[in-house]
Amino acid sequence: MSATNTQTSDAAKPKGLVAQWFALLWADKFAFFAALFLLIAVLCAIFGPLLFETLATKQNLRGRNAPPFDLSRGWAFILGADALGRPLLARIVVAARNTLLVAGAAVVASAVIGTTLGLIAGYSRKRAAQWIMRLGDVIMSFPSLLLAVIVLYMLEPSIANIVLVLAITRIPIYLRTARAEVLEVRERMFVQAAKVMGASDMRIIFRHILPVILPTLVTIATLDFAFVMLAESALSFLGIGIQAPEITWGLMVSQGRPYLTNAWWLSFWPGLAIILTTLSLNLLSNWMRIALDPTQRWRLEMGGRKNG
Amino acid sequence: MADHLLEVRDLSVEFHTAAGTVKAVQNVNWYLDRGETLAILGESGSGKSVSASAVMNLIDMPPGKITSGAILLNGKDMLKMSAEERRAINGAKIAMIFQDPLAHLNPVFTVGWQIAEMMTTHGRPRDKAAARARDLLHRVGLPEPDLAFGKYPHQFSGGQRQRLMIAMALACKPDILIADEPTTALDVTVQAQVLALLEELQQETGMGLLLITHDLGVVAEIADRVVVMNGGQIVETGNASEVYHNPQHPYTKKLIAAAPGSGEMPEESDRRGEPLLRATDLHKYYSAFHALKGVDLTIMPGETVAVVGESGSGKSTLARAILRLDDPSSGQIHYRGKDLMTLGPRELFGLRRDLQMVFQDPTQSLNPRMTVFQLISEAWAIHPEILPRKQWRDRVAELLTKVGLKPEMAVRYPHQFSGGQRQRIAIARALAMEPKLIVCDEAVSALDVSIQAQVIELLAGLRREMGLSYLFIAHDLPVVRDFADRVIVMKSGEIVEEGPVRQIFEAPRKDYTRALLAASLDPDPEIQAARRTARMELEMAVSA
Repeated sequence: MSATNTQTSDAAKPKGLVAQWFALLWADKFAFFAALFLLIAVLCAIFGPLLFETLATKQNLRGRNAPPFDLSRGWAFILGADALGRPLLARIVVAARNTLLVAGAAVVASAVIGTTLGLIAGYSRKRAAQWIMRLGDVIMSFPSLLLAVIVLYMLEPSIANIVLVLAITRIPIYLRTARAEVLEVRERMFVQAAKVMGASDMRIIFRHILPVILPTLVTIATLDFAFVMLAESALSFLGIGIQAPEITWGLMVSQGRPYLTNAWWLSFWPGLAIILTTLSLNLLSNWMRIALDPTQRWRLEMGGRKNG
Repeated sequence: MADHLLEVRDLSVEFHTAAGTVKAVQNVNWYLDRGETLAILGESGSGKSVSASAVMNLIDMPPGKITSGAILLNGKDMLKMSAEERRAINGAKIAMIFQDPLAHLNPVFTVGWQIAEMMTTHGRPRDKAAARARDLLHRVGLPEPDLAFGKYPHQFSGGQRQRLMIAMALACKPDILIADEPTTALDVTVQAQVLALLEELQQETGMGLLLITHDLGVVAEIADRVVVMNGGQIVETGNASEVYHNPQHPYTKKLIAAAPGSGEMPEESDRRGEPLLRATDLHKYYSAFHALKGVDLTIMPGETVAVVGESGSGKSTLARAILRLDDPSSGQIHYRGKDLMTLGPRELFGLRRDLQMVFQDPTQSLNPRMTVFQLISEAWAIHPEILPRKQWRDRVAELLTKVGLKPEMAVRYPHQFSGGQRQRIAIARALAMEPKLIVCDEAVSALDVSIQAQVIELLAGLRREMGLSYLFIAHDLPVVRDFADRVIVMKSGEIVEEGPVRQIFEAPRKDYTRALLAASLDPDPEIQAARRTARMELEMAVSA
């Protein structure tokens, strides 16, 4: 809070915007490697199916449950092979697309819808707010798996429908968090000050309230990412999610479950991919929370220099 | 040489922060004797609380570090004692009370239990502790002390809670009581009562009282000796009245000069012609609670009207009603002849430009995620007709210069400024609208005395330059004395007295105004002593 802080931020000014953000990211090494991992995962999702589709689906019954770290069958088998002798590494790379697509779309959709509804419910004191909250309660009172089973039983199990189901079941989380935060922030003095200036409701919501509550919601969204990935695998396990030969990491975990005692690698590697993705998202969101907050940013601008 | 009751010798404390090492206090020396009141006077950031925290072992280490010095209690160095011994001293030998009693009382236990616990932790049987807790509740002057034992903290008012804290502190009959800004959060009349109680108790028990404060008035009222601190160092020390009348250090001189209520009072203003704002018969109900009971108010162009009242008097409700932040339940508000209550949203939006507000706490009234430039230019984003976008940058620079800041500060965020600078930003933001009337809701109450004087100076300058009118809301009278043309005194939603500032200060007509004036503390110990006698007489007259 003193003059020294201001000097560091002034000194960082002349650099370009991209360079500035890169410097902020580099300042937090964990976040940097998290971003790197996510970049690789996204690249896998985009190019993986093009490059390894055939490799990942080719069965090789002589290599059933081949153990990992054995290069004799070629580099693709470094992580071992599954129950049909398909190379795990290639399958993980290919599965990245479906996994990230389903989880990403579901999380983004539920976060956007839930936050919007939460902002409305928190900011307006009209009856609409009550309706929104009761709607949230209704969704929450349904076991999400039951809802998914019913919906997917009626609709075709396709990627779009899975995204739809998962998004609906996760809406109340964002709805309730956003509403609770809005109720607090709307009473803050700077919102009152904006009202005195004659600011419109839209301006108050998007300029003054949303930036304050966004970090919380982003953090929840990254945590939810893992939950959605696992929920998707549960649906796939029940036969109403992604269907073979399509693959996702969650589906790979559940397919490997019968072999856990004698071939742990079947579930372990896709599980690790899920964990690393979630962890990376979490580290990155933590970094983002600091980087986007002007009162905290100096921690990164100090360039990781430690005092005391 | 006999040992002092408590002596701090050559104490230096450092804090390691991300921004580097901060020397909180350097080579501080003071002592406290039995039956004596020592005041440590300083503004925020002066390090006035640090040495007391060191005495109570409240400094977190790390990041804090005591780099040199000794704290002697009856000649024994406390810094060399074990944590066990220190704990036995805290509460039993040395007790402390804080600024915000609500934060230091546990909301889920009854106050009687909490006072008794203070004694049971120091090894007293529970039944005896409970009995003494009852005695203490009587002693600190709570209404219905027997019922108070079983009540919870939220059922008491601010002043009563401070009495509870005092009862708790006295539970183990300490030799030393440390009071850290004990009355800052209280109303002036309550402040006077609490200080009187502290003094009485001190005379009764003969304990040493260490008072930490930013308020010269409190020093004048109660202290025998005073230590003035600035920037972590003691700049002056001595007898309270000597220091006031003959300050040696330039900082002390500045501090005394900045005390409000010593300048010339403005002459009575001309009140003919059309008023800028006229409110008639305003009522406001919060369900059953009647917050405003028929308030009338007139503000002439270029005039400053001060509304003074204690907490709960309805003064902020009045301000919010005038700005239509909370619509009044009934009554009329005319701005230049137009009825604000019947205006549609569109016309009201146009009028927003003319009526602006500066809030009490600039830390909260400025959005922490916006730069100064964004904060000030938001006015023009909302009202694009004021200024074309091309001129924003120049106008922001101009406004910043006008409120005494530098144009290059526009890229910074609010947290990079001090409290006084933040309030200047808030004023610049209000000025960006080119308003006719600015409502200042306790706009200087959260600031240090010297900063307070500067901000009032700034407001007065802007009034001369731009012909602004102010509705100035405050909880104590001295602040408005040099600044306001008219004063309205409010109590429980009603106007008690209204008149030109000179009349209110020199010939108050109502008892409540007189009580308020008598309760406000003057920095001069002699004047304060005279006031105290007057106040006693007034109290006698009221109770008789």
